[in-house]
Amino acid sequence: MLRREMNAPRDNIVEIRDLHFSRGARKIFDGLNVDIKRGQVTAIMGPSGTGKTTLLRLITRQLRPDHGTIVVDGVDIANLNKAELYKLRKRFGMLFQNGALLTDLSVFENVAFPLREHTNLSNRLIRHVVLTKLHAVGLRGAADMMPGELSGGMARRVALARAMATDPDILIYDEPFVGLDPISMGVIVRLVRRMNDALGISSILVSHDVDEISTVSDCSYLLSDGKVAASGSPDELNRASSELVRQFMHGMADGPVAFHFAAPDYAEQLLGRDSE
Amino acid sequence: MPRELWITFVEFVRTFGALTLFLVELLIQVPRVFVRRFRLIVAQVYNAGSLSLVIIMVCGAFVGGVLALQGYANLTRFNAEDAVGIFAGFALIKELGPVITALLFAGRAGTALASEIGLMKATDQLSAMEMMAVDPIRRVVLPRFLGGVIAMPLLTAVFSMIGLLGAHMVGVMLLSIDVGAFWQQMQSTLDLRDVSEGILKSVVFGVIASLLAVWEGYNAIPTAEGVSRATTRTVVLTAIAVLITDFMITAWFLR
Repeated sequence: MLRREMNAPRDNIVEIRDLHFSRGARKIFDGLNVDIKRGQVTAIMGPSGTGKTTLLRLITRQLRPDHGTIVVDGVDIANLNKAELYKLRKRFGMLFQNGALLTDLSVFENVAFPLREHTNLSNRLIRHVVLTKLHAVGLRGAADMMPGELSGGMARRVALARAMATDPDILIYDEPFVGLDPISMGVIVRLVRRMNDALGISSILVSHDVDEISTVSDCSYLLSDGKVAASGSPDELNRASSELVRQFMHGMADGPVAFHFAAPDYAEQLLGRDSE
Repeated sequence: MPRELWITFVEFVRTFGALTLFLVELLIQVPRVFVRRFRLIVAQVYNAGSLSLVIIMVCGAFVGGVLALQGYANLTRFNAEDAVGIFAGFALIKELGPVITALLFAGRAGTALASEIGLMKATDQLSAMEMMAVDPIRRVVLPRFLGGVIAMPLLTAVFSMIGLLGAHMVGVMLLSIDVGAFWQQMQSTLDLRDVSEGILKSVVFGVIASLLAVWEGYNAIPTAEGVSRATTRTVVLTAIAVLITDFMITAWFLR
Protein backbone atom coordinates (compact mmCIF):
# COMPACT_ATOMS: atom_id res chain seq x y z
CA MET A 1 0.00 0.00 0.00
CA LEU A 2 2.70 2.36 1.12
CA ARG A 3 4.82 1.34 -1.81
CA ARG A 4 2.15 2.13 -4.31
CA GLU A 5 1.70 5.54 -2.83
CA MET A 6 5.37 6.22 -3.16
CA ASN A 7 5.42 5.17 -6.78
CA ALA A 8 2.29 7.00 -7.72
CA PRO A 9 3.02 10.18 -9.68
CA ARG A 10 3.00 13.12 -7.33
CA ASP A 11 0.81 16.10 -8.01
CA ASN A 12 3.63 18.48 -7.30
CA ILE A 13 6.72 18.36 -9.46
CA VAL A 14 8.50 20.84 -7.19
CA GLU A 15 7.85 21.25 -3.47
CA ILE A 16 9.58 23.96 -1.49
CA ARG A 17 9.25 23.86 2.28
CA ASP A 18 10.38 26.40 4.87
CA LEU A 19 13.08 27.84 2.62
CA HIS A 20 15.55 30.30 4.14
CA PHE A 21 18.22 32.02 2.12
CA SER A 22 20.29 35.16 2.63
CA ARG A 23 22.91 37.02 0.68
CA GLY A 24 25.30 38.53 3.18
CA ALA A 25 23.22 40.27 5.81
CA ARG A 26 20.20 40.57 3.51
CA LYS A 27 17.52 37.96 4.08
CA ILE A 28 15.94 37.01 0.77
CA PHE A 29 13.72 34.09 1.76
CA ASP A 30 12.33 33.65 5.21
CA GLY A 31 10.30 30.46 5.44
CA LEU A 32 9.05 30.22 1.86
CA ASN A 33 6.59 27.44 0.88
CA VAL A 34 5.78 26.89 -2.79
CA ASP A 35 4.23 23.98 -4.71
CA ILE A 36 4.66 23.71 -8.46
CA LYS A 37 1.94 21.49 -9.90
CA ARG A 38 2.74 18.92 -12.53
CA GLY A 39 1.55 19.77 -16.02
CA GLN A 40 0.70 23.37 -15.21
CA VAL A 41 2.18 26.77 -15.91
CA THR A 42 3.13 28.28 -12.57
CA ALA A 43 4.11 31.92 -12.35
CA ILE A 44 6.35 33.43 -9.70
CA MET A 45 5.69 37.15 -9.44
CA GLY A 46 6.88 39.87 -7.18
CA PRO A 47 8.37 43.34 -7.08
CA SER A 48 12.01 43.73 -8.19
CA GLY A 49 14.51 42.43 -5.70
CA THR A 50 12.23 39.85 -4.07
CA GLY A 51 14.51 37.05 -5.20
CA LYS A 52 12.53 35.56 -8.07
CA THR A 53 15.62 34.66 -10.07
CA THR A 54 17.30 33.48 -6.88
CA LEU A 55 14.39 31.09 -6.36
CA LEU A 56 14.94 29.59 -9.82
CA ARG A 57 18.62 29.16 -9.05
CA LEU A 58 17.72 27.43 -5.80
CA ILE A 59 15.28 25.06 -7.54
CA THR A 60 17.99 24.05 -10.02
CA ARG A 61 20.60 24.00 -7.22
CA GLN A 62 22.85 26.58 -8.76
CA LEU A 63 22.58 27.95 -5.21
CA ARG A 64 22.05 26.08 -1.97
CA PRO A 65 19.53 27.19 0.65
CA ASP A 66 20.61 28.06 4.19
CA HIS A 67 17.76 26.04 5.54
CA GLY A 68 14.69 24.16 4.27
CA THR A 69 14.04 21.53 1.62
CA ILE A 70 13.46 21.59 -2.11
CA VAL A 71 12.02 18.39 -3.56
CA VAL A 72 11.98 17.97 -7.34
CA ASP A 73 9.85 15.07 -8.55
CA GLY A 74 10.19 13.25 -5.24
CA VAL A 75 13.94 13.81 -4.91
CA ASP A 76 15.44 16.08 -2.26
CA ILE A 77 18.01 17.95 -4.33
CA ALA A 78 20.16 18.90 -1.35
CA ASN A 79 21.68 15.42 -1.18
CA LEU A 80 22.52 14.84 -4.83
CA ASN A 81 26.13 14.41 -5.91
CA LYS A 82 27.35 16.04 -9.09
CA ALA A 83 26.49 13.13 -11.38
CA GLU A 84 22.99 12.81 -9.96
CA LEU A 85 22.49 16.55 -10.13
CA TYR A 86 23.50 16.64 -13.80
CA LYS A 87 21.17 13.72 -14.47
CA LEU A 88 18.34 15.70 -12.90
CA ARG A 89 19.29 18.84 -14.79
CA LYS A 90 18.93 17.05 -18.11
CA ARG A 91 15.22 17.07 -17.31
CA PHE A 92 15.25 20.86 -16.95
CA GLY A 93 15.22 23.39 -19.71
CA MET A 94 16.07 26.90 -18.62
CA LEU A 95 15.67 30.20 -20.37
CA PHE A 96 17.99 32.81 -18.90
CA GLN A 97 17.08 36.47 -18.62
CA ASN A 98 19.62 37.57 -21.23
CA GLY A 99 19.53 34.36 -23.27
CA ALA A 100 23.03 33.24 -22.23
CA LEU A 101 23.80 31.93 -25.71
CA LEU A 102 27.33 30.63 -26.22
CA THR A 103 28.92 33.47 -28.11
CA ASP A 104 31.48 31.37 -29.97
CA LEU A 105 28.86 29.15 -31.59
CA SER A 106 26.33 29.96 -34.32
CA VAL A 107 22.60 30.00 -33.62
CA PHE A 108 22.31 26.51 -35.12
CA GLU A 109 25.16 25.13 -33.03
CA ASN A 110 23.75 26.75 -29.90
CA VAL A 111 20.49 24.87 -30.28
CA ALA A 112 22.39 21.72 -31.26
CA PHE A 113 24.71 22.06 -28.25
CA PRO A 114 22.72 20.03 -25.68
CA LEU A 115 21.96 17.39 -28.32
CA ARG A 116 25.59 17.00 -29.28
CA GLU A 117 26.59 16.85 -25.62
CA HIS A 118 24.05 14.32 -24.43
CA THR A 119 22.96 12.21 -27.37
CA ASN A 120 24.53 10.16 -30.13
CA LEU A 121 22.09 11.34 -32.77
CA SER A 122 23.32 11.49 -36.34
CA ASN A 123 24.06 14.88 -37.85
CA ARG A 124 21.02 14.50 -40.09
CA LEU A 125 18.71 13.97 -37.14
CA ILE A 126 20.27 16.80 -35.14
CA ARG A 127 19.76 19.10 -38.10
CA HIS A 128 16.16 18.04 -38.29
CA VAL A 129 15.51 18.64 -34.58
CA VAL A 130 17.34 21.98 -34.53
CA LEU A 131 15.49 23.32 -37.56
CA THR A 132 12.16 22.22 -36.05
CA LYS A 133 12.88 24.02 -32.80
CA LEU A 134 14.13 27.14 -34.58
CA HIS A 135 11.05 27.13 -36.76
CA ALA A 136 8.85 27.04 -33.65
CA VAL A 137 10.38 30.32 -32.46
CA GLY A 138 10.35 31.76 -35.98
CA LEU A 139 14.11 31.93 -36.42
CA ARG A 140 14.86 29.10 -38.83
CA GLY A 141 16.24 31.73 -41.20
CA ALA A 142 18.73 32.94 -38.60
CA ALA A 143 20.38 29.53 -38.16
CA ASP A 144 23.73 30.64 -39.55
CA MET A 145 23.95 33.93 -37.66
CA MET A 146 26.19 34.43 -34.64
CA PRO A 147 24.65 35.43 -31.27
CA GLY A 148 26.35 38.82 -31.47
CA GLU A 149 24.32 39.66 -34.57
CA LEU A 150 20.96 39.05 -32.89
CA SER A 151 18.75 41.57 -31.13
CA GLY A 152 17.90 40.94 -27.50
CA GLY A 153 14.49 39.54 -28.31
CA MET A 154 15.85 37.24 -31.02
CA ALA A 155 18.56 35.97 -28.68
CA ARG A 156 15.89 35.12 -26.12
CA ARG A 157 13.91 33.20 -28.74
CA VAL A 158 17.00 31.23 -29.78
CA ALA A 159 17.63 30.49 -26.11
CA LEU A 160 14.05 29.23 -25.87
CA ALA A 161 14.65 26.93 -28.84
CA ARG A 162 17.78 25.66 -27.10
CA ALA A 163 15.93 25.11 -23.82
CA MET A 164 13.37 23.00 -25.71
CA ALA A 165 15.94 21.08 -27.73
CA THR A 166 16.17 18.04 -25.48
CA ASP A 167 12.42 17.94 -24.75
CA PRO A 168 12.73 18.60 -21.01
CA ASP A 169 10.09 17.73 -18.38
CA ILE A 170 10.31 21.09 -16.67
CA LEU A 171 10.81 24.36 -18.50
CA ILE A 172 11.95 27.33 -16.49
CA TYR A 173 11.62 30.84 -17.86
CA ASP A 174 13.40 33.75 -16.22
CA GLU A 175 11.68 36.98 -17.31
CA PRO A 176 10.81 35.69 -20.80
CA PHE A 177 8.77 38.75 -21.82
CA VAL A 178 11.20 41.56 -21.05
CA GLY A 179 12.30 43.49 -24.11
CA LEU A 180 10.10 41.66 -26.61
CA ASP A 181 8.03 43.57 -29.14
CA PRO A 182 4.26 42.95 -28.93
CA ILE A 183 4.28 40.48 -31.84
CA SER A 184 7.08 38.31 -30.45
CA MET A 185 5.54 38.63 -27.02
CA GLY A 186 2.20 37.26 -28.24
CA VAL A 187 3.96 34.41 -30.05
CA ILE A 188 6.06 33.51 -27.04
CA VAL A 189 3.10 33.66 -24.67
CA ARG A 190 1.16 31.26 -26.90
CA LEU A 191 4.25 29.09 -27.32
CA VAL A 192 4.73 28.76 -23.58
CA ARG A 193 1.12 27.66 -23.17
CA ARG A 194 1.07 25.37 -26.20
CA MET A 195 4.30 23.59 -25.36
CA ASN A 196 3.19 23.05 -21.81
CA ASP A 197 -0.05 21.44 -22.92
CA ALA A 198 1.10 19.62 -26.05
CA LEU A 199 4.22 18.10 -24.53
CA GLY A 200 2.71 17.53 -21.10
CA ILE A 201 5.54 19.34 -19.34
CA SER A 202 5.50 21.63 -16.34
CA SER A 203 6.51 25.26 -16.66
CA ILE A 204 7.81 27.70 -14.09
CA LEU A 205 7.72 31.30 -15.14
CA VAL A 206 9.26 34.25 -13.38
CA SER A 207 7.94 37.60 -14.48
CA HIS A 208 6.39 40.83 -13.40
CA ASP A 209 4.36 41.33 -16.55
CA VAL A 210 1.00 40.96 -14.86
CA ASP A 211 -1.10 40.99 -18.05
CA GLU A 212 0.92 38.30 -19.85
CA ILE A 213 1.05 36.16 -16.74
CA SER A 214 -2.71 36.35 -16.46
CA THR A 215 -3.19 34.97 -19.96
CA VAL A 216 -0.71 32.15 -19.65
CA SER A 217 -0.49 30.86 -16.09
CA ASP A 218 -2.66 28.35 -14.24
CA CYS A 219 -1.42 29.39 -10.85
CA SER A 220 0.60 32.33 -9.60
CA TYR A 221 2.61 33.01 -6.50
CA LEU A 222 3.22 36.57 -5.44
CA LEU A 223 6.37 36.90 -3.35
CA SER A 224 7.06 39.67 -0.89
CA ASP A 225 9.39 39.97 2.09
CA GLY A 226 10.78 36.49 1.60
CA LYS A 227 7.39 34.80 1.83
CA VAL A 228 4.42 34.04 -0.36
CA ALA A 229 2.13 37.04 -0.07
CA ALA A 230 -0.64 35.51 -2.15
CA SER A 231 -1.24 32.59 -4.47
CA GLY A 232 -3.95 31.29 -6.75
CA SER A 233 -5.24 31.54 -10.28
CA PRO A 234 -4.96 34.91 -12.08
CA ASP A 235 -8.66 35.54 -11.44
CA GLU A 236 -8.32 34.87 -7.75
CA LEU A 237 -5.36 37.23 -7.52
CA ASN A 238 -7.21 39.92 -9.43
CA ARG A 239 -10.08 39.71 -7.00
CA ALA A 240 -7.86 39.54 -3.94
CA SER A 241 -8.56 42.12 -1.31
CA SER A 242 -5.07 42.31 0.15
CA GLU A 243 -3.58 45.73 -0.41
CA LEU A 244 -0.22 44.36 -1.51
CA VAL A 245 -1.76 42.12 -4.15
CA ARG A 246 -3.91 44.95 -5.44
CA GLN A 247 -0.99 47.32 -5.58
CA PHE A 248 1.07 44.83 -7.55
CA MET A 249 -1.65 43.56 -9.88
CA HIS A 250 -2.80 47.06 -10.76
CA GLY A 251 0.59 48.75 -10.75
CA MET A 252 -0.16 51.42 -8.15
CA ALA A 253 2.60 53.61 -6.76
CA ASP A 254 1.14 53.80 -3.26
CA GLY A 255 0.72 50.76 -1.12
CA PRO A 256 2.60 48.44 1.20
CA VAL A 257 5.49 48.09 -1.27
CA ALA A 258 7.49 51.32 -1.10
CA PHE A 259 8.65 52.67 -4.45
CA HIS A 260 11.48 54.56 -2.73
CA PHE A 261 14.47 52.73 -1.34
CA ALA A 262 15.07 53.61 2.31
CA ALA A 263 16.65 57.10 2.41
CA PRO A 264 17.01 60.06 4.76
CA ASP A 265 14.40 62.82 4.67
CA TYR A 266 14.22 64.38 1.19
CA ALA A 267 14.07 68.05 2.23
CA GLU A 268 16.73 67.65 4.89
CA GLN A 269 19.08 65.99 2.40
CA LEU A 270 18.55 68.64 -0.29
CA LEU A 271 19.27 71.35 2.23
CA GLY A 272 22.43 69.53 3.21
CA ARG A 273 21.41 69.23 6.83
CA ASP A 274 21.79 65.46 6.97
CA SER A 275 25.60 65.67 6.89
CA GLU A 276 25.85 67.97 9.89
CA MET B 1 50.27 46.37 11.13
CA PRO B 2 51.32 42.86 12.18
CA ARG B 3 47.66 41.96 12.13
CA GLU B 4 47.26 43.17 8.54
CA LEU B 5 50.36 41.27 7.51
CA TRP B 6 48.93 38.17 9.15
CA ILE B 7 45.63 38.59 7.29
CA THR B 8 47.49 39.03 3.99
CA PHE B 9 49.52 35.93 4.77
CA VAL B 10 46.44 33.86 5.60
CA GLU B 11 44.75 35.15 2.44
CA PHE B 12 47.78 34.12 0.39
CA VAL B 13 47.88 30.64 1.87
CA ARG B 14 44.16 30.23 1.31
CA THR B 15 44.36 31.33 -2.33
CA PHE B 16 47.38 29.13 -2.92
CA GLY B 17 45.52 26.17 -1.45
CA ALA B 18 42.43 26.84 -3.55
CA LEU B 19 44.59 27.18 -6.64
CA THR B 20 46.29 23.87 -5.91
CA LEU B 21 42.95 22.14 -5.43
CA PHE B 22 41.74 23.68 -8.69
CA LEU B 23 44.83 22.30 -10.46
CA VAL B 24 44.24 18.84 -8.95
CA GLU B 25 40.60 18.97 -10.06
CA LEU B 26 41.76 19.83 -13.57
CA LEU B 27 44.44 17.16 -13.68
CA ILE B 28 42.06 14.40 -12.54
CA GLN B 29 39.86 15.10 -15.54
CA VAL B 30 42.67 15.39 -18.09
CA PRO B 31 42.55 11.81 -19.47
CA ARG B 32 38.78 11.90 -19.95
CA VAL B 33 38.82 15.31 -21.60
CA PHE B 34 41.78 14.33 -23.76
CA VAL B 35 39.86 11.43 -25.21
CA ARG B 36 36.42 13.00 -25.49
CA ARG B 37 37.25 16.57 -26.38
CA PHE B 38 40.44 16.21 -28.35
CA ARG B 39 39.18 18.55 -31.08
CA LEU B 40 38.52 21.35 -28.59
CA ILE B 41 42.05 20.99 -27.25
CA VAL B 42 43.53 21.17 -30.74
CA ALA B 43 41.47 24.29 -31.42
CA GLN B 44 42.78 25.87 -28.22
CA VAL B 45 46.40 24.99 -29.00
CA TYR B 46 45.85 26.73 -32.32
CA ASN B 47 44.19 29.68 -30.56
CA ALA B 48 46.80 30.19 -27.87
CA GLY B 49 49.68 29.39 -30.20
CA SER B 50 48.71 31.47 -33.20
CA LEU B 51 47.71 34.39 -30.97
CA SER B 52 51.22 34.61 -29.55
CA LEU B 53 53.30 33.41 -32.48
CA VAL B 54 54.01 36.72 -34.17
CA ILE B 55 55.03 38.67 -31.08
CA ILE B 56 57.09 35.68 -29.92
CA MET B 57 59.00 35.65 -33.20
CA VAL B 58 59.56 39.40 -33.32
CA CYS B 59 60.66 39.57 -29.69
CA GLY B 60 62.85 36.48 -30.11
CA ALA B 61 64.74 38.02 -33.01
CA PHE B 62 65.44 41.23 -31.12
CA VAL B 63 66.38 39.53 -27.86
CA GLY B 64 68.84 37.36 -29.81
CA GLY B 65 70.22 40.46 -31.52
CA VAL B 66 70.71 42.27 -28.21
CA LEU B 67 72.43 39.24 -26.71
CA ALA B 68 74.90 39.22 -29.61
CA LEU B 69 75.57 42.95 -29.25
CA GLN B 70 76.06 42.81 -25.49
CA GLY B 71 78.03 39.59 -25.70
CA TYR B 72 80.31 40.99 -28.36
CA ALA B 73 80.85 44.32 -26.60
CA ASN B 74 81.85 42.67 -23.33
CA LEU B 75 83.61 39.54 -24.56
CA THR B 76 85.97 41.46 -26.89
CA ARG B 77 87.55 42.89 -23.76
CA PHE B 78 88.81 39.39 -23.01
CA ASN B 79 89.45 38.56 -26.65
CA ALA B 80 86.70 36.01 -26.44
CA GLU B 81 84.27 37.30 -29.04
CA ASP B 82 84.04 33.80 -30.52
CA ALA B 83 82.17 32.83 -27.39
CA VAL B 84 79.18 34.98 -28.36
CA GLY B 85 77.54 31.82 -29.71
CA ILE B 86 77.85 30.02 -26.38
CA PHE B 87 76.70 33.10 -24.52
CA ALA B 88 73.59 33.57 -26.64
CA GLY B 89 72.84 29.86 -26.69
CA PHE B 90 73.01 29.47 -22.92
CA ALA B 91 71.06 32.62 -22.24
CA LEU B 92 68.29 31.82 -24.71
CA ILE B 93 67.83 28.11 -24.19
CA LYS B 94 68.16 28.02 -20.40
CA GLU B 95 66.75 31.35 -19.30
CA LEU B 96 65.41 33.96 -21.63
CA GLY B 97 63.58 31.61 -23.99
CA PRO B 98 61.25 30.10 -21.38
CA VAL B 99 60.95 33.21 -19.20
CA ILE B 100 60.25 35.80 -21.89
CA THR B 101 57.96 33.43 -23.78
CA ALA B 102 55.96 32.89 -20.60
CA LEU B 103 55.68 36.63 -19.97
CA LEU B 104 54.64 37.34 -23.56
CA PHE B 105 52.24 34.39 -23.47
CA ALA B 106 50.63 35.78 -20.31
CA GLY B 107 50.27 39.18 -21.90
CA ARG B 108 48.82 37.93 -25.16
CA ALA B 109 47.08 34.55 -24.72
CA GLY B 110 46.67 34.58 -20.92
CA THR B 111 44.71 37.82 -20.86
CA ALA B 112 42.57 36.60 -23.75
CA LEU B 113 41.77 33.39 -21.85
CA ALA B 114 41.00 35.16 -18.58
CA SER B 115 38.75 37.77 -20.14
CA GLU B 116 36.99 35.24 -22.39
CA ILE B 117 36.14 32.93 -19.48
CA GLY B 118 35.29 35.89 -17.25
CA LEU B 119 32.91 37.31 -19.83
CA MET B 120 31.31 33.90 -20.37
CA LYS B 121 30.67 33.86 -16.65
CA ALA B 122 29.35 37.44 -16.61
CA THR B 123 26.90 36.67 -19.43
CA ASP B 124 25.60 33.50 -17.71
CA GLN B 125 27.09 31.23 -20.37
CA LEU B 126 28.79 29.07 -17.75
CA SER B 127 25.55 28.84 -15.72
CA ALA B 128 23.67 27.95 -18.90
CA MET B 129 26.11 25.10 -19.53
CA GLU B 130 25.69 23.85 -15.99
CA MET B 131 21.95 23.98 -16.47
CA MET B 132 22.33 21.89 -19.61
CA ALA B 133 24.24 19.38 -17.48
CA VAL B 134 27.52 20.22 -19.20
CA ASP B 135 30.44 20.76 -16.85
CA PRO B 136 32.07 24.09 -17.80
CA ILE B 137 35.34 22.83 -16.34
CA ARG B 138 35.40 20.07 -18.94
CA ARG B 139 33.91 22.02 -21.80
CA VAL B 140 35.52 25.45 -21.34
CA VAL B 141 38.28 25.54 -18.75
CA LEU B 142 40.23 22.33 -19.34
CA PRO B 143 40.60 22.56 -23.13
CA ARG B 144 41.91 26.11 -22.73
CA PHE B 145 44.26 25.08 -19.94
CA LEU B 146 45.62 22.13 -21.92
CA GLY B 147 45.88 24.23 -25.06
CA GLY B 148 48.12 26.66 -23.19
CA VAL B 149 50.20 23.92 -21.59
CA ILE B 150 50.84 22.32 -24.97
CA ALA B 151 51.44 25.60 -26.79
CA MET B 152 53.99 27.05 -24.33
CA PRO B 153 56.90 24.62 -24.96
CA LEU B 154 56.32 24.91 -28.69
CA LEU B 155 56.36 28.70 -28.51
CA THR B 156 59.48 28.57 -26.34
CA ALA B 157 61.21 26.43 -28.96
CA VAL B 158 60.24 28.93 -31.66
CA PHE B 159 61.43 31.85 -29.50
CA SER B 160 64.82 30.27 -28.81
CA MET B 161 65.30 29.29 -32.43
CA ILE B 162 64.45 32.71 -33.79
CA GLY B 163 66.57 34.21 -31.01
CA LEU B 164 69.59 32.20 -32.12
CA LEU B 165 68.98 33.26 -35.70
CA GLY B 166 68.81 36.87 -34.52
CA ALA B 167 72.08 36.44 -32.65
CA HIS B 168 73.58 34.91 -35.79
CA MET B 169 72.42 37.80 -37.93
CA VAL B 170 73.83 40.44 -35.61
CA GLY B 171 76.93 38.54 -34.46
CA VAL B 172 78.04 36.86 -37.67
CA MET B 173 76.66 39.07 -40.38
CA LEU B 174 77.00 42.46 -38.68
CA LEU B 175 79.90 42.07 -36.27
CA SER B 176 81.81 39.51 -38.37
CA ILE B 177 82.24 36.85 -35.73
CA ASP B 178 83.48 33.63 -37.30
CA VAL B 179 80.41 31.61 -38.27
CA GLY B 180 82.11 28.29 -37.55
CA ALA B 181 83.16 29.39 -34.08
CA PHE B 182 79.71 30.80 -33.37
CA TRP B 183 77.81 27.56 -34.01
CA GLN B 184 80.56 24.99 -33.30
CA GLN B 185 81.30 26.29 -29.81
CA MET B 186 77.63 26.49 -28.99
CA GLN B 187 77.10 22.93 -30.16
CA SER B 188 79.99 21.47 -28.23
CA THR B 189 79.28 23.30 -24.98
CA LEU B 190 75.51 23.12 -24.66
CA ASP B 191 74.56 19.62 -23.56
CA LEU B 192 71.36 17.72 -23.07
CA ARG B 193 71.09 18.81 -19.44
CA ASP B 194 71.00 22.47 -20.49
CA VAL B 195 68.37 21.86 -23.12
CA SER B 196 66.25 19.78 -20.76
CA GLU B 197 66.43 22.56 -18.18
CA GLY B 198 64.94 24.88 -20.80
CA ILE B 199 62.26 22.36 -21.75
CA LEU B 200 61.35 21.69 -18.12
CA LYS B 201 61.04 25.40 -17.48
CA SER B 202 58.85 25.93 -20.51
CA VAL B 203 56.49 23.15 -19.42
CA VAL B 204 56.30 24.41 -15.82
CA PHE B 205 55.76 28.00 -16.97
CA GLY B 206 53.12 26.78 -19.41
CA VAL B 207 51.23 25.17 -16.53
CA ILE B 208 51.60 28.31 -14.37
CA ALA B 209 50.57 30.80 -17.07
CA SER B 210 47.60 28.74 -18.29
CA LEU B 211 46.45 27.81 -14.80
CA LEU B 212 46.48 31.40 -13.55
CA ALA B 213 44.68 32.61 -16.66
CA VAL B 214 41.81 30.11 -16.46
CA TRP B 215 41.66 30.42 -12.65
CA GLU B 216 41.38 34.19 -12.74
CA GLY B 217 38.77 34.04 -15.51
CA TYR B 218 36.74 31.31 -13.82
CA ASN B 219 36.76 33.09 -10.46
CA ALA B 220 36.30 36.60 -11.84
CA ILE B 221 33.57 38.73 -10.29
CA PRO B 222 30.97 38.70 -13.09
CA THR B 223 31.00 42.43 -13.85
CA ALA B 224 32.96 44.59 -16.28
CA GLU B 225 35.21 45.75 -13.47
CA GLY B 226 35.69 42.22 -12.15
CA VAL B 227 36.73 40.87 -15.54
CA SER B 228 39.18 43.71 -16.13
CA ARG B 229 40.71 43.13 -12.73
CA ALA B 230 41.01 39.41 -13.44
CA THR B 231 42.81 40.18 -16.69
CA THR B 232 45.31 42.46 -14.98
CA ARG B 233 45.88 40.01 -12.15
CA THR B 234 46.60 37.26 -14.68
CA VAL B 235 49.56 39.16 -16.09
CA VAL B 236 50.91 40.36 -12.75
CA LEU B 237 50.58 37.03 -10.96
CA THR B 238 52.03 35.08 -13.87
CA ALA B 239 55.06 37.36 -14.03
CA ILE B 240 55.72 36.99 -10.30
CA ALA B 241 55.10 33.24 -10.23
CA VAL B 242 57.22 32.59 -13.32
CA LEU B 243 60.20 34.57 -12.05
CA ILE B 244 60.10 32.92 -8.61
CA THR B 245 59.80 29.42 -10.09
CA ASP B 246 62.56 30.24 -12.54
CA PHE B 247 64.89 30.96 -9.66
CA MET B 248 63.93 27.72 -7.93
CA ILE B 249 64.40 25.53 -11.00
CA THR B 250 67.73 27.17 -11.85
CA ALA B 251 68.97 26.67 -8.30
CA TRP B 252 67.84 23.06 -8.38
CA PHE B 253 69.72 22.36 -11.62
CA LEU B 254 72.91 23.94 -10.20
CA ARG B 255 72.80 22.09 -6.89
